[in-house]
Amino acid sequence: MTDAAWIDAALTSARPQAVGALLRYFRNLDTAEEAFQNACLRALKSWPQNGPPRDPAAWLIMVGRNAAIDEVRRNRKQEPLPEDELISDLGDAEDALAERLDGSHYRDDILRLLFICCHPGLPATQQIALALRIVSGLTVKQIARAFLVSEAAMEQRITRAKARVADASVPFETPGAVERTERLAAVAAMIYLIFNEGYSASGDTADIRAPLCEEAIRLARLLLRLFQGEPEIMGLTALLLLQHARAAARFDAGGAVILLDDQDRSRWNQKMIAEGLALIDKAMRHRRSGPYQVQAAIAALHARAERPEDTDWTQIELLYGALEIMQPSPVVTLNRAVAVSKVRGAGAALDMIEPLAPRLSNYFHFFGVRGAFLMQLGRNDEAREAFDRAIALANTSAEAAHIRMHLDRLMRDSRPCGSGISKK
Amino acid sequence: MLYAILCYHDEDTVGSWTREQDAAVIQKLSVVQDKLARQGRLGPVARLLPTTAATTLRKDNPPVVIDGPFAETKEQLLGFYIVDCNNLDEALAVAGDLGAANPGGAYEIRPVGLLNPGSLRT
Repeated sequence: MTDAAWIDAALTSARPQAVGALLRYFRNLDTAEEAFQNACLRALKSWPQNGPPRDPAAWLIMVGRNAAIDEVRRNRKQEPLPEDELISDLGDAEDALAERLDGSHYRDDILRLLFICCHPGLPATQQIALALRIVSGLTVKQIARAFLVSEAAMEQRITRAKARVADASVPFETPGAVERTERLAAVAAMIYLIFNEGYSASGDTADIRAPLCEEAIRLARLLLRLFQGEPEIMGLTALLLLQHARAAARFDAGGAVILLDDQDRSRWNQKMIAEGLALIDKAMRHRRSGPYQVQAAIAALHARAERPEDTDWTQIELLYGALEIMQPSPVVTLNRAVAVSKVRGAGAALDMIEPLAPRLSNYFHFFGVRGAFLMQLGRNDEAREAFDRAIALANTSAEAAHIRMHLDRLMRDSRPCGSGISKK
Repeated sequence: MLYAILCYHDEDTVGSWTREQDAAVIQKLSVVQDKLARQGRLGPVARLLPTTAATTLRKDNPPVVIDGPFAETKEQLLGFYIVDCNNLDEALAVAGDLGAANPGGAYEIRPVGLLNPGSLRT
């Protein structure tokens, strides 16, 4: 790998820890970010000549802090900056700092940095944009592209979010156990949001938005390394890996949705699946179940099935049942109904979802699923009606196109046919 | 004499390689590996899943299972096994049996992502 690529990778991976620590020193997000930027500029000059430091994050924190302090002094006394040579040899100082940076501190630094982005006053899209900018270090341009908005609009969104966050006071003391658990849950939810932002993309934008999924996985892994014994963080990481493993098989060349049953499973990423399965396996040993673990376990059952007909739908139904108890929601019930249709038939599944109608009357998937059940039962007129509703409620052109395919099938033959709608 | 070559690197850095960067490294490595394999000199090569997937069994009495990789520095890597197991519980059971036969120290249990059995004739 070239110097530039190596340095780039090292700066990216050191960023959360370095910005988190600088934020603890300066207690101001803009100062911390600026200090980190300065440190990166110096790294680009110094590392190719002096070789990479043993602990890039410690180096960046040290240099960033000094640079920012220099800046304050310079502004105060108008003194010249010290020569770069004076700070280029950091050997001893770096060792001393690295020692002080042992586990406990930087763990809470990174968690705080992530937690700041989860400010409850921020709408989800701003939380995500802020986390991608501050924690992941994506450029405004990259984020704007992933969100399919103009750079100016994204710049404004991030600036507004930062101002909002600056007003809120996030305590800088080391958090207590309860507070840490709360922060962890908020951060996990935000990482899931980032992932979904990428995962819910339609076929024509999936490539552009895939980096959001990859970034979410990187953040989840980061969190898991900091909190190694948390089964829900194992579950979250497993869930993201298992879902993203299907990315290459989820859309056809024209960008239309390919349902799980119809996907070419040889295009699933086996490396991600292996890691996801290992993590959910590890999480289950704790016997402390949670929504991420259950969802990951469902994804794992799909991943384990070599062919669609090998899928253990009975187990999936049980898991959705468990999820319904943990997080009661009509959408979860709808998903359980899909499993029920596979185990006990479309009639039983239809009975199950009818009571959901009032609460899901504006939900695309409700009518898509309902239509599919009706179609399986040969009630084609009612199916057509449900599919029409689904098209009217479709969020993306790919969703609409998919339903239209069902309608075309209904037009072609009025016999019952065995196509099912299941989770993408 | 057989030599084991153990691979160390910063996981954060390797983890932030893009797919293309990762593939390029693997491609370059495979050239070296293929040459050794043709000469009948290559033993098993394994790429381990990230340390986030690791579990550690401290061979205390009774043994203690800890999430995460082996983190102590006062013990050294003395050897390794590769065993085929259906799940982590089975792997931990194997490690437990080994630990009972040879107490003290720890085993880190890490899933193998990729295994090339190599070409050694033993």
